[in-house]
Amino acid sequence: MQHITTYSTISGNAASKDGTVLFEEQSLSPQEFLLSLYKYLQVDYPKYYKMDNLCKLGFLATEILLQNRNVAEEYGKAGAGVVLSNANASLDADIAYFETVKNIPSPAQFVYTLPNIVIGEISIRHGLKGENAFFVSEDFDAAWLEFYVNDLFKRKTIDCCIAGWVDFLGGSYKAVLYLVENRSTERSLPWKTEHINKIYELANGKVNG
Amino acid sequence: MEKLMADLKRQIIEQLNLKDLKPEDIGDDQPLFVEGLGLDSIDALELIVLLQQEYKIKLASAEEGQSVFRSVRTMAQYITEHQPKTV
Repeated sequence: MQHITTYSTISGNAASKDGTVLFEEQSLSPQEFLLSLYKYLQVDYPKYYKMDNLCKLGFLATEILLQNRNVAEEYGKAGAGVVLSNANASLDADIAYFETVKNIPSPAQFVYTLPNIVIGEISIRHGLKGENAFFVSEDFDAAWLEFYVNDLFKRKTIDCCIAGWVDFLGGSYKAVLYLVENRSTERSLPWKTEHINKIYELANGKVNG
Repeated sequence: MEKLMADLKRQIIEQLNLKDLKPEDIGDDQPLFVEGLGLDSIDALELIVLLQQEYKIKLASAEEGQSVFRSVRTMAQYITEHQPKTV
């Protein structure tokens, strides 16, 4: 039986872990907020500055999720998977890249015009080489996420999974990540649709209104 | 040279879309790639375009880029030595 052993959320200019707000700054734009959060977390990772907004959001949500954890060491590099989803794919980066096409197309922006690049950035940062997938759907689909991640565990392709929702478009964004493991703890919750949805709803603010 | 390095920092931020960085965040001798600013081969393409667009300089070979793009100072030195003279 898989369990959610920890979770992180970033939305409405607040970042939380396991339901506790770690950092909040309401007066900033989404981009400014993410930069402030990066500094607050004291992450020294110069590549962060190159990333598009979607990657920055997913990167920071994972930094919070995996604080004091090294899943690549605990489960082996191939033992930890990443399964993410969102509504707007890489549209935020696509629009930024399209702006450059009018002059000279930017290779540095082009490389972010796929939503699964955020999985790549997370994997590079944390040394993960396990199974991964990115799904695009209009709304958060907890039942599908439960099924897909469970299937990976059943097939024994992974022993641990970072799963959830990472969406950024213009001024709207939301990240909800779950660490799913094959063990329970005092505070863990079963990897079931109702718990996945409950945690998702905890994140204040909504992408897509 | 100081003004050229300041211009380069601003242009690198703009060309590479490093919106969260300020020119003063980039050191004159800070490595631009890997452990320094974290740039990679895709960004090298952007820097080649920058040299062509802003300074009308074409690198003679890809290998040359490794030494030219080591830091802002090495870029500025290369530009100073190779920029076409205007009449």
